[in-house]
Amino acid sequence: MKLARPRRRPPATDLGYADLPRLMSLMTGDEKHTESATSTLDVLWVLYDRVLKVSPETARDPNRDRFLLSKGHGPMAFYAVLAAKGFIPVAALEDFGSFDSILGGHPDRNLIPGVEISSGSLGHGLGLGVGLALGLGLVGPGSGGHRSPRVFVMVGDAELDEASNHEAIYFAGATGLERLTAIVIDNSSRTHRVLGGLEGPFRVAGWEVRDVSGRDHAALEAALAVPANGRPTAVIARVERNS
Amino acid sequence: MTITMRDRFATVAKSLLDDDPRVAVVLAEISRTLFRDAELAHPGRVINVGIREELMIGVAGGLALSGLRPIAHSYAPFLIERAWEAIKLDLTHQDVGAVLVSIGASYDASLEGRTHQSPGDVALLDTLPGWTVHVPGHPADVEPLLRSAVGGRGCSYVRLSVEENAEAVTITPGRMQVIRRGDLGTVVAVGPLLSPTLEAVRGIDVTVLYATTVRPFDAETFLAVAGPDVILIEPYLAGTSAATVSRLLAHRPHRLLALGVEQVELRRYGSPADHQRAHGLDAAGLRARIERFLEEIEPAEQKHKHITQAITASL
Repeated sequence: MKLARPRRRPPATDLGYADLPRLMSLMTGDEKHTESATSTLDVLWVLYDRVLKVSPETARDPNRDRFLLSKGHGPMAFYAVLAAKGFIPVAALEDFGSFDSILGGHPDRNLIPGVEISSGSLGHGLGLGVGLALGLGLVGPGSGGHRSPRVFVMVGDAELDEASNHEAIYFAGATGLERLTAIVIDNSSRTHRVLGGLEGPFRVAGWEVRDVSGRDHAALEAALAVPANGRPTAVIARVERNS
Repeated sequence: MTITMRDRFATVAKSLLDDDPRVAVVLAEISRTLFRDAELAHPGRVINVGIREELMIGVAGGLALSGLRPIAHSYAPFLIERAWEAIKLDLTHQDVGAVLVSIGASYDASLEGRTHQSPGDVALLDTLPGWTVHVPGHPADVEPLLRSAVGGRGCSYVRLSVEENAEAVTITPGRMQVIRRGDLGTVVAVGPLLSPTLEAVRGIDVTVLYATTVRPFDAETFLAVAGPDVILIEPYLAGTSAATVSRLLAHRPHRLLALGVEQVELRRYGSPADHQRAHGLDAAGLRARIERFLEEIEPAEQKHKHITQAITASL
């Protein structure tokens, strides 16, 4: 599969991928916190560094791409990426979890610049993403066609146990919602095995499924950069099992 | 042919879709045929998600995030109870606005059984901040209330019913209407219970207020006319507005009788009239309880004696 590479933007800060572990440790206090400890870190970095058409300057632009962190859990990697990209000050990380902090155990869109949805209870991101994708097709300038601006929803593999996801997956597939891309972080955290695997419901519902390593930046970029034609895209990002 | 509240909803919603490109209607199969023309006239703005109520609310939340003004509509128990966490998180917690419009109020679906009844809908919404709740009592109330709800920016619930008052009263959204004035007590009749209330208090010298917007509760009108004896008559769970009224009257000596749908598993079918009677919300049932409540008023010196005895006993 040959996919076009999006135009690179200059970083909003001089912080890069190598700084993320340090930024995360500002919240966790764990100096040995490595990138492998966070299943979402590489996908988040590739999204904000190479894929999403959004920056601190365009964080309220109606034509920006939307990233919805559905799983909401363990958001330190998300916060670190937002800080590295200049959406939130690095100082905010040090204040993580305090009464006056904008950052807590689950993100709140009303507190954190650049965060599109408040999440934490599993299984809400895809439904909101479907509505957002439909709405952008109605209110947008129309220049972007059916695939831009895009809506990316990150879910966890175990999160897909929640039935609400399947309401959204089947509806988005049936209506060919090509503006929508789901990213499933697969760290094998599900208790009960599902026949047909993680991609099963997506395939049955008519999505295009792309299976990549969740640590391979080039592969992630290739899978995320260009959406499928006429149907939603599911990117299964495989990472090591949580221990 | 009689025009129902549901008919009025579809007609007014169509007009809102025609007039405002930011209005969208989200359905979960129910009432789809009523919106067929609107769906053709406004491609993409009448969205039927299938039998997926949680998604219906998620989609409403997402539409609102994109800048649209969504109206989500279904049968009350599926709209409010089945999709409850989505209402809490995809609307209120996101801080986006939507208008939810239900049909099938309380015991409208008497024949269908408990699965199709949600008399606790307004009480549930009371656990969330900022909701406006409209309870039309007549098909003529639907247009002003729906236009007010859709014209706003926040979250509103419009609770339609098959039960309706015999006559329309001119209403102002958000305000209670003073139907009559009296000295013996203050009766607040909500939505479709105005007719049985007026029949019940015939010959009893009470003030009657008609409420079609119950959240926020119209404190100004209520406090301006309320005496010490207050009777709430609500077409949903009994006592739903009791806490609100008690807070408003916190600094006034008062008594409160809160009538509504009783908290029971009735396990009966029959007609809505049968259920209304079973909950004591027909004119006879209301009158008996209103009379008893008003007769219970103790002479002041006797009340003082009772209080003194109670204090003595507790020492």
